Amino acid sequence: MADIKTNKVVSKIATRESYGNALVEIGKENPDLVVLDADLAAATKTGVFKKAFPDRHIDCGIAECNMTGVAAGLSLSGKIPFMSSFAMFAAGRAFEQVRNSIGYPHLNVKIGATHAGITVGEDGASHQCNEDIALMRTIPGMVVMCPADDVEAKAAVRAAVEYEGPVYIRFGRAAVPVINDRPDYKFEIGKGTVVREGTDVTIVATGICVDSALGAAEMLAQDGISAEVINICTIKPLDEEIIINSAKKTGKVVTAEEHSVIGGLGSAVCDALCKSHPTPVCKIGMQDTFGESGSAAALVEKYKLDAKGVYEQVKTFLA
Amino acid sequence: MTNLELQKMANEVRKGIVTGVHAAKAGHPGGSLSAADIYTFLYFEEMNIDPKDPKKADRDRFVLSKGHTAPGLYSTLANRGYFPVEDLVTLRKLGSYLQGHPCMQHVPGVDMSSGSLGQGISVACGMALGAKMSNADYRVYTLLGDGEIEEGQVWEASMFAGHRKLDNLCVIVDNNGLQIDGKIEDVCSPYPIDKKFEAFNFHVINLDDAHDFDKIRAAFQEARATKGMPTAIIAHSLKGKGVSFMEGNVDWHGKAPNDEEYAVAMADLEKIAQQLA
Repeated sequence: MADIKTNKVVSKIATRESYGNALVEIGKENPDLVVLDADLAAATKTGVFKKAFPDRHIDCGIAECNMTGVAAGLSLSGKIPFMSSFAMFAAGRAFEQVRNSIGYPHLNVKIGATHAGITVGEDGASHQCNEDIALMRTIPGMVVMCPADDVEAKAAVRAAVEYEGPVYIRFGRAAVPVINDRPDYKFEIGKGTVVREGTDVTIVATGICVDSALGAAEMLAQDGISAEVINICTIKPLDEEIIINSAKKTGKVVTAEEHSVIGGLGSAVCDALCKSHPTPVCKIGMQDTFGESGSAAALVEKYKLDAKGVYEQVKTFLA
Repeated sequence: MTNLELQKMANEVRKGIVTGVHAAKAGHPGGSLSAADIYTFLYFEEMNIDPKDPKKADRDRFVLSKGHTAPGLYSTLANRGYFPVEDLVTLRKLGSYLQGHPCMQHVPGVDMSSGSLGQGISVACGMALGAKMSNADYRVYTLLGDGEIEEGQVWEASMFAGHRKLDNLCVIVDNNGLQIDGKIEDVCSPYPIDKKFEAFNFHVINLDDAHDFDKIRAAFQEARATKGMPTAIIAHSLKGKGVSFMEGNVDWHGKAPNDEEYAVAMADLEKIAQQLA
């Protein structure tokens, strides 16, 4: 696809692929890095790590709850384990294990959750996890990240290795445009980025919705509306300052996420704003509903998570 | 240690259990008392540990998968010198490091936080695998309740341990036969326990008296000598062992003795102490 502004060809890659590639890269430098899967290495894209470091890849079979405990035990043996599965199973099925065997003892385990949100596509609602951000951010001490593209996904994995403590990173199945490929790009856990400046409305987005928000901002500009877009990769701990400062400027905030509007980025932003700068907020996301089968593109269109969908909802909110 | 010394120590551990639970006015004495001899043997003879250096890298690890019997673990650790025995009366109290279920961040000697049943054995598997991956020769022990093995995760972990041939892992099932709602065979029978672990590629040892130190020692020696597969010791024990009115009585799974009952319990244990003297 072509970039709206520069008309430059933009490459697309799924963040799950970035995850696998980052693991291989960091695995070469750090012998303590180990990767666990629950019979989904081919899908979570950790297969490349398995191929490069067969002795450091542990397939636990279809048993995510046990995998969570094994990862905890490995961390207590000095390893840096990345446990990988679909978000539905890593955060959903194994929630209590993540809470009690990783969160409560605050262990150095990294959870690589792929196939998050509705862009899982054809598999349908049973596999489309729109609740993982909400679940994970309730666990004290858990870092929760949702990278927007290849560059950010790789940076997030590296930051997770360098950080001591539990980290949850959410990756997608579908290929998404690379939007952070610039020389001055820097990543820091807990820091958001203003990716487009504006004065009339703030759009706070995460994951695939960052690209949608940028597209929407371009469309809004054509209507004379100046939208500021903030990319939030780290949902917990949240960069409250960047959001509050923008809200003070624009007075209106929209959140956009491929997740339920209950408990996710939108809720986190509202939590931050209500403390010190109450501001009207429109939450774009899955509106308390399950997904369904379909192509990723058809689903983001239907559930209004693409640029057009975000644009329309911002317009309604501002009207 | 001699058997007599171990017996005396186990009796002290039992006093600490009863004292802690009585002071807390809550907790789980039954399954703590049934496992007191196992705890004592592990920490006073079997395991390579150092109370002065609780986190030394090559130590053997213990995961209390049946975390509700924390009073037993705490009393053993205190008697072993990890922290003062006098602190046992702070059990379950606000501000105490002796939480209702073990918290590794606050208690010296606790290798893993636990309490939610079925999870400790998975963590023990991870520790044992980590040792193998690092070519370290420490062993990992985990104690499960016989009711706990009704949790499906126990069998996920067992499949993993058998498949990975974790011969540095020793699983102990405290088979006292009682769980909160009654006899384990009445609630949802996990029997035959030995055949189940065998089917998951474990070497299984039936320890027919988990209060006989000769037999306990023989079981752990056999486990240590077993190569190429993990070991499960099915420890046949008596719930509430050592306190007359608690023995074999399901009511004492998770209840604290009142002042009168406490006096009787301590008198029972004092009598045992005198017999051993």
